[in-house]
Order: sequence, then structure tokens, then C-alpha cells
Amino acid sequence: MKKIVIREEYCIGCRLCEIHCLVQHSKSKEIIKAYKGEYPKPMSRVRVEQLHHLSFAMQCRHCEDAPCLEACLSGAMHRDKKTGAVLCDEDKCVGCWMCIMVCPFGVIERNTEGKKIASKCDLCTGQEKPVCVKNCPNEAIVYEE
Amino acid sequence: MKNNSKYLIIGNSVAAVACVESIRRTDAEGSITLVSDETYHTYSRPLISYLLGGKIGPERMFYRDNNFYTENNVNAILGKKAVKIDADKKTVVLNDGSELGYEKLMISTGGTPIVPDMPGVKSSGVFTFTTWDDTNNIKEYIEKNKVKKAVVIGGGLIGLKATEALLALDIKVTILELADRILAATFDKKASAIIGSELEKVGCAVITNNTVTKINAAKTGAKNIKEVVLKNKKKIPAEILIVAIGVRPNIEFLKSSGIKTNRGIVVDDKMQSSLKDVYAAGDCCEAKEFLSGLPQVIAIWPSAARQGRIAGNNMAGGTEKYTGNLAKNSVELCGVPTISVGLTDTTKEKALEVIEVYEPENLIYRKVVIRNNKIVGIVFVGNITRAGIYTGLIKDGVDISSFRSHILKEDFGLISLPKEYRKHLVSGAGIEV
Amino acid sequence: MVKRTAPTEFIVERDEDKCIQCQVCCRMCSNDAHVFEEDLNEVITEHKKCVGCHFCETLCPTGALEVKRSTSETRANANWTKKALTDITKQAETGGILLTGMGCDRPYPIYWDHMLINASQVTNPSIDPLREPMELKTYIGKKPDRIEIVTHLENGKIDPSKVELKTKLSTMLKIETPIMFSAMSYGSISYNACTSLARAAQQSGTLYNTGEGGLHKDLYKYAGNTIVQVASGRFGVHKQYLEAGVAIEIKIGQGAKPGIGGHLPGEKVSEDVSQTRMIPVGSDAISPAPHHDIYSIEDLRQLIYALKEATRYKKPIGVKISAVHNVAPIASGVVRAGADYVVIDGLRGGTGAAPTVIRDNVGIPIELALAVVDARLREEGVRNHASIIAAGGFRNSGDVLKAIALGADAVYIGTSALIAMGCHVCQKCYTGKCNWGIATQDPYLTKRLNPEIGAQRLSNLIRAWSREIKEMLGGMGINSIDSLRGNREQLRAIGLSDTDMKLLGLKPAGEAW
Repeated sequence: MKKIVIREEYCIGCRLCEIHCLVQHSKSKEIIKAYKGEYPKPMSRVRVEQLHHLSFAMQCRHCEDAPCLEACLSGAMHRDKKTGAVLCDEDKCVGCWMCIMVCPFGVIERNTEGKKIASKCDLCTGQEKPVCVKNCPNEAIVYEE
Repeated sequence: MKNNSKYLIIGNSVAAVACVESIRRTDAEGSITLVSDETYHTYSRPLISYLLGGKIGPERMFYRDNNFYTENNVNAILGKKAVKIDADKKTVVLNDGSELGYEKLMISTGGTPIVPDMPGVKSSGVFTFTTWDDTNNIKEYIEKNKVKKAVVIGGGLIGLKATEALLALDIKVTILELADRILAATFDKKASAIIGSELEKVGCAVITNNTVTKINAAKTGAKNIKEVVLKNKKKIPAEILIVAIGVRPNIEFLKSSGIKTNRGIVVDDKMQSSLKDVYAAGDCCEAKEFLSGLPQVIAIWPSAARQGRIAGNNMAGGTEKYTGNLAKNSVELCGVPTISVGLTDTTKEKALEVIEVYEPENLIYRKVVIRNNKIVGIVFVGNITRAGIYTGLIKDGVDISSFRSHILKEDFGLISLPKEYRKHLVSGAGIEV
Repeated sequence: MVKRTAPTEFIVERDEDKCIQCQVCCRMCSNDAHVFEEDLNEVITEHKKCVGCHFCETLCPTGALEVKRSTSETRANANWTKKALTDITKQAETGGILLTGMGCDRPYPIYWDHMLINASQVTNPSIDPLREPMELKTYIGKKPDRIEIVTHLENGKIDPSKVELKTKLSTMLKIETPIMFSAMSYGSISYNACTSLARAAQQSGTLYNTGEGGLHKDLYKYAGNTIVQVASGRFGVHKQYLEAGVAIEIKIGQGAKPGIGGHLPGEKVSEDVSQTRMIPVGSDAISPAPHHDIYSIEDLRQLIYALKEATRYKKPIGVKISAVHNVAPIASGVVRAGADYVVIDGLRGGTGAAPTVIRDNVGIPIELALAVVDARLREEGVRNHASIIAAGGFRNSGDVLKAIALGADAVYIGTSALIAMGCHVCQKCYTGKCNWGIATQDPYLTKRLNPEIGAQRLSNLIRAWSREIKEMLGGMGINSIDSLRGNREQLRAIGLSDTDMKLLGLKPAGEAW
């Protein structure tokens, strides 16, 4: 399957990936509305980690042996049969946070603004490539086989 | 008539389901039979408190698709109980007298709630809380009797999740806990205190160092429960009583089988019991504990899933080993998320060090337990961000010397970890380090 | 008195309706012009700190930012302009020499814009470069005065398969297009910028130049596309270095700062730069104004031959001089000293750091320098002894083509290359805070230039210009760049004085052959 590859040597820490991810996962999918007019506030599913000059974007790795799948109580966390992506069915999720407890990358977050559900990268379902990849100004995030 | 199958699985919860999926990964053909004393399709037991509290409907109890059995070609025998196994004949006898033959047997019968013997325990309105049936019974009783006051015995996770559900139904709850605080088994004092005070804020009474010695029921009618009498003779009105003081492995039926049991079924690293071709996984077995390496019953969902998967793989000819059972729990109580992993009680071992952030006013408590520069446990309350990274560090036994000062900082993340470890972690995960 | 400070140069206009307070601008500005104020919960811009590099504007996801020049005016005065006042104020404040980066930005005449190119009509057919071969391949180095060949007769006829070249040719550099990347040192520009140039040179079949920064060990793999420079500080020069490139260039002068040396401040001398330059970490790297072993053409000849000896006459040796008043006789001397090519760097050539007064007032434009050098070498019959590389402010393929018609063998591009990598010519290279990750060694900033992207964009630029040059050549009915070289008949002057035209060797527009 195609994966999001993170190249930390080129991450400039601008966090545009977070911004575009948030917009992509908003109701309107329009940046100004998403930021200024949506409640509950949409959440980004990618997070830039930074320590001094080192930084990188981090989002779900869609692991082959994904511990979140095993830990999920509700069956919300599942693997998409077509794309191989690990997805959280937000209608099923009850917010027990088992996934957060076991994800070694720390990339699942509580979305507490709206329904309490686990929020994670969905590879921008339906898009040709994830918006973090599309909008990274320095190609520090790329989408590869 | 003996009904033979290649794989026979007793139980229908997560270990059994993981076992089926694991077998099918390598063996698409071999016949699988699954027996369960419950009549339900694959439902998630931990969800019963959400169901009771009305947070989810019955349709959301199922964590696998409706066609799970057919898709995996499983002959599911639901509503029948295994009563005996004969390892020599390689058969299992069910409660209707029928006999099932097997080549490989998996026991994943889970746990049975412990109910202490005391006067009045047989009264109407006394329930345990581990199954869907329990939930239905409780719900029916509450509606029928317009219950407004409840007592929950046991301030552990099940007791508190039951409490939360009852509170959601607008029922006043008193929790009785034998220990000096709630959540004594999973949490330390500070964490317990935060949750305890939150419970009290929503009108729930918590009585510690105490328990029920006697149950008084109405003398007339259906002899419904009326009140409970505590150790100190104090009486508390109770229209329903939930007993949630724990579970023990459901292994009674194995007594005559010759299988080696301790508290639970003793298994080796491959999840095989003392009997050849008989495997066990989940709450009924006693697998190796991760940190100590000693056998221990740890009844938690993710371990059951992993054990079931490994057992299934090995039943189908694999040689996968179980790395050990690391205690871990994630529960949201009164809107406060909590996660505890590994060793959290630091009172018994002097060599343990603790790094913590404690802000009770913000309902935040984060503690990391360290032994020999390695993390062995965490307790996170209120803020559980990136807890899994710590779980990973425990599992991988990473030396934290180089990032110790950073360990509970807000921005602690993968970036804080040594490059070598990051490399190991992400190899194949699509990251260039 | 009230201490006056230099006025604000830029205003960053923020469209509050569009600003989403995402703080990308705050994170990205190395000059701290944008700051998120926690108390106010909004981004505040300190306009005074803005250098006009447009990095924030480029990255702003909602297009809320626009960098504009400050319109604050003093009374109109042709003599005491705003710039004059600003400079005096700065110097009254600091007592220091004003520094700047990039090339001269004063409005001296740009002669390229007064030259027009010819095209074929009726009497000679133009050529379609998409259908017919078009040669841009260029050889840099000494060409022989005459060629001798040996033939063999077979039955009284010359056997074409046995024709041999008797003349021994000097080593020449072969480039696929007459555009090269000029000298920019590792230290003045970042590792990633150097890597981008090296990779692009390799991809485009041309050459880049190390400048006086030595050659980073990682870049030895691009040796086949590298010219190594030897300058007055001799930084990073050792045997392996001299042997690494395809040619060695002795730098005498630089168009942006003729007559003075260079100064890489110690803050830019990182561990890696120190290794490459062979100087201690954090120490200032000072290149003296002259080479202290070159006080005459004869001395230069010694160094040229020392380098030829050191590399066993396998590599062409070039000499780079700045375009000054005496450039023609100097170039002649350089050629006679044995240089295989001479680089003329004009007034508008760039720099990482130079005193503003020197950059803006010293030297002459490349157009004039190139024309007089080419003419002088021809007059003296030594034009074939060395190639001429013109440098200093080439902005487009038209400039390049005109330079070749004026007599250049090839051109060096520096500023254009930097712009392709993102540079907005803010002229603050000397601060080391380049937001585009080019003229900096700050690890926060250098990673902003992904060399894969940098190399791709540089290659694109070379490809685009080369294609345009082919189109123009085709239009002239010429199928090889060699036929254009020094072919001033293909140019006409417009709006120039008789003297200018005489120096440039051009006829006025409208005058036929």
C-alpha cells in the first residue's frame, strides 16, 4: 500500500500540514470557515513534533501489525480492505481510549470537542493524496508505495 | 454422534475471535467450531456499561460484522456450554450431552464474577455485571421497580463503569470498597483521589474500608432487596445491588481434565496448556507477566486479543511466542480519561523512582515509574496524550537516561527519543530518520 | 537630541478577515517580525524587522499577508533621497561600514536592454529547433592557433578512415549549454544550496563552482561537474581538492567588490564549514584583498603554472577578475600568463557580503567589459588562447545570447540560480538569517532548502533558457552556438550613444550589414 513517508531532514516546522489536515477534516473544508466559523472546532490528525531545529510531522503509520486494531473494544478501529489504511469508524467509537494507550507513535488523539471519539489520520479518504503531502512546501512529507 | 473439527474453540469473546482470525490467516480451509454459552454474536463485553447507561444502542455492541462466522467459515454453536473435556479422546462434552471432537482445542472461557456468600445474596435485585444478559436483567429490573437508589460493591473498574451507567440513568449510587480507596488495584492514591472526588461531585457516595455483610430484602412480594448492612452495622438503603468485586478464571469445568491450573490455566509461551493440542487465552489463563516473567492472571482486553491471536497462529502450525502480559487499562470515568500501564504501585519496592506532574485542581496527574533507568509503569489521569509512546518504551525496555528530563513535558514525543530507538521504531513505518 | 533610527522599510499588511492566527508566519520568520502575543491571542507584526524576503507571504495558507514597501516619505528631494537619509542615519547610529548582499541595485544603464537580436527573413532560412539539430555544446579552454592533420594516401587518394589529428590539444571543458553556475562558497551559502547546484550541474551537463569555500566531502561525487576555486585566503585548498574538479579557477576579483577581499564571520563557521575550509570552528575566515603572492602578471603566471604542474597539465586553469576600468589590458595579461579561460565579473555581480559603497560604486558593467576584452584579445591575436566567461547579473536567456554575440564563450549565473532556489533578493545574505535556507548556516533555516527541489528548479531554469536560446538561434538561421560567438552583427544597439556603440562594437538598430 502507499504510505506517507516522513523526511525529517526537510521538515521546516511550519505546521502547514496540521492546518490543511484540520481543514480537510472540517465540515466546510474551507480554511477560513474551518478556523473562524466551525464549532465544534475541527481537529488536525497530523502533529508536528519539534525539538530545537529538528522537527517532523507525525501521523498514523497505518501499521501492518497495528496494536490499536487489537485493543479496540468497539470494533471502530478497522483496516480498510481496499486501501489497507487503519481507520476509525466514528459512529462506532465509544471513546475508551484503548488505542491511545497502545499506539507507540502517539498519533491518536481524543477529539473531545464534539462527540468523544478517537481522532486519527484517514489518509484523506477520497483524495488523490493526503492533504499534508499535497501542501508540504518542502516535500518533507511524501506519499509513496 | 461425535462432531469432529480441526479447530474447536470454547468461548466467543475477544480471544476466541482473534483466534479465529489468526487461524484463517494461515489456514483458510481447516474446519472451525466455536462454542459459547451465550447466545449472542461477537459482542464486546466492555461495552455493557455504555449499553446500560444508554450511551449506545444494542446494535453497537457488536465489534465484528454480522457475517463474521460465515465469512470465516466458522460453525458457531451458541447457547451451549462446554462441561467437560477429554484430552485423551480429544473431545469436549456440551451441556446437552453432545460431544465435539477436535485436533486443536482453544479454551477462552473468560472469567466468572465473584459473589461473596452472605445472607440475602439470593434476593431479587442482586446482580453481577459482566455480560449482556446481566445488563438486560439489570435494565429490566430498574425499569420494573423504578429504582432510584443503588449500591455497588467494589470500587474497581467494573464497579465504577457500572456506577457511571447507573448515574446516567439518574440513579443515586453508593460505592462500597473494602480497600482504603477506589481503584486500588490499578491506581495509586493520587489518581484514586482525583476520580473519587469527581464521583462525589456528581452525587455519588464512596465508602471505603467497608463492605456489605448482609442484604435485607422486603419481606413481601418478590422479596426485592431493600437495604444492605455494612461491616460497621450501618444500614444503607438499596433498591439494587451490583456486585463487582472481581472475576476469577472460568475453569471449573476443567477439573476432571487433568489440565494444569493455578489461579488460571497454566500456559507456556506459545499459549499451549499442559495438555497437548489444548491452548488457552484470555481471562481464563495465566500467562507470563511482562515485567516479572512470572505467570499471572491479568484480565484485560488487548492481552486477550494478542493471546488469542498467538494461540490461533500456533494451533495452525505457527511457532509464535507471547512476549508477556503487561497490565494496562484505559477508562474514562466521570469525563476524566485515565490510563495506567505496568507497575503503578511504588510502595512495595524501594528501587523504584517516580517522575510526576500533579495538578489536582486541573484534574491532571501524570506519573512515570522508573526502575534502573527504564520505565516500568505509568498512571495518566486527565491528560492521556501520547500515552502509547510510554507503553512502547515499557515494552521495549528503553533506557531513558538521554531524555529523562523531558519525560513529562507537554511536547514529549517521538522526537525526544534517541535517534537509534526512533529508527528501530519506525523501520518500515515510512519514516526517514 | 532625539535619537533618530532608520525608517521602516517594509510593511506587512495583514488582512484580518483572512488571518486565521495559524502562526505559520511567526514560526517561519527568522527576523522575528511576526510574534504571537499570548495575552492578546493574536499575531502582531513588527514591520521594522521585515527585510522583504516574502517567506511569510509565500507560506501564508490564506493569502492574508502582503509585503509592501513603506510609503512613509520625506520631502521629495532628488539629492537627499530616502535611501541617502536612511544610510546616513544608520551610520550615525553605528559608526560602521554599511554592509549588503547580492549585486549592485543602483539604476545604472543596463546595456542588455539596449541591444536587439537579429532574425532571418527570406534571404536566409530560419531553423526550427524542434525539428532540426541545434548545438549548444560549448568547449571552454585554450584552442590551438592552427590544426595540423596527417593524412594517408591510398591509391593516390586520401583514405578518410585514416585522418589523424597531429596537433596536441589542451584539455578543454565540455558543457552541454553555455550557462554555468558561478562561484558561491560553502559558508556563504548552505550545504543544501551547494548540493542543489552540484546536482543541477550534473543533471544539466554543466558546471558549478565551489567558490572559496573548499569542497565538502559529500560533494566529491559531483567532481565531474565541479570547478574548484583558489582564492586569496586559500581556504580548503589541498591536493585532493585541486584534483577533484574538472578545472581550477584562480579568483582575483569579484564584480560586487572589486579590489577588496572577503570576510566570512565566525558565526557562520560551523563544524562542517570548519572541516571544509580547514579553519577552526567559529573563527573569522578572512580572504585578503590581494593574493599576497601575486603582485604582477608574472606572479599570476607562476601560480597558474604551479597549479598546472600540481595537476600534471590535465586541468584547465581559469582566472576570475572583476570588470574594472583597465579590464581589457588586464585580461590580455591574464591570457598571456597562461590562463585557459578568463572570467569577467561585472558591476552587477552578486556577493554574500560587501560594503554597500563598494558594491554600488566600483567597477563597470559586464556588457562593456566583455565587449572590450573580446575586442582586445582579437586585436592581439590571442582570443583563441583562452575562453571568456562573462558573469554579473544575467537575468534571462536574452542576456545570455547577447553576451555570447558580444564574445563570451559561456556565462556564469549566480543570482538567477539563487532566485530559482527561492531567493527574493532581499540583500540580507550577510546576516546569515536567510529565510529561504540559502545564505545561512543556521540549522533551523538550512533545511528549508530541500536539495531535491532546489536541483530540480535549477535544472528547469537551465533547460528553459537553453530551449529559448535554441529558439533564438533558429530564428537567426544559426544551428550552433559557436556560429554566434562574437558575431556582433547579430546585435543592434538602441538608444545608445556613439561612444557606447563603439565600445560595444555594435551598429545602431536600423543600420543594415
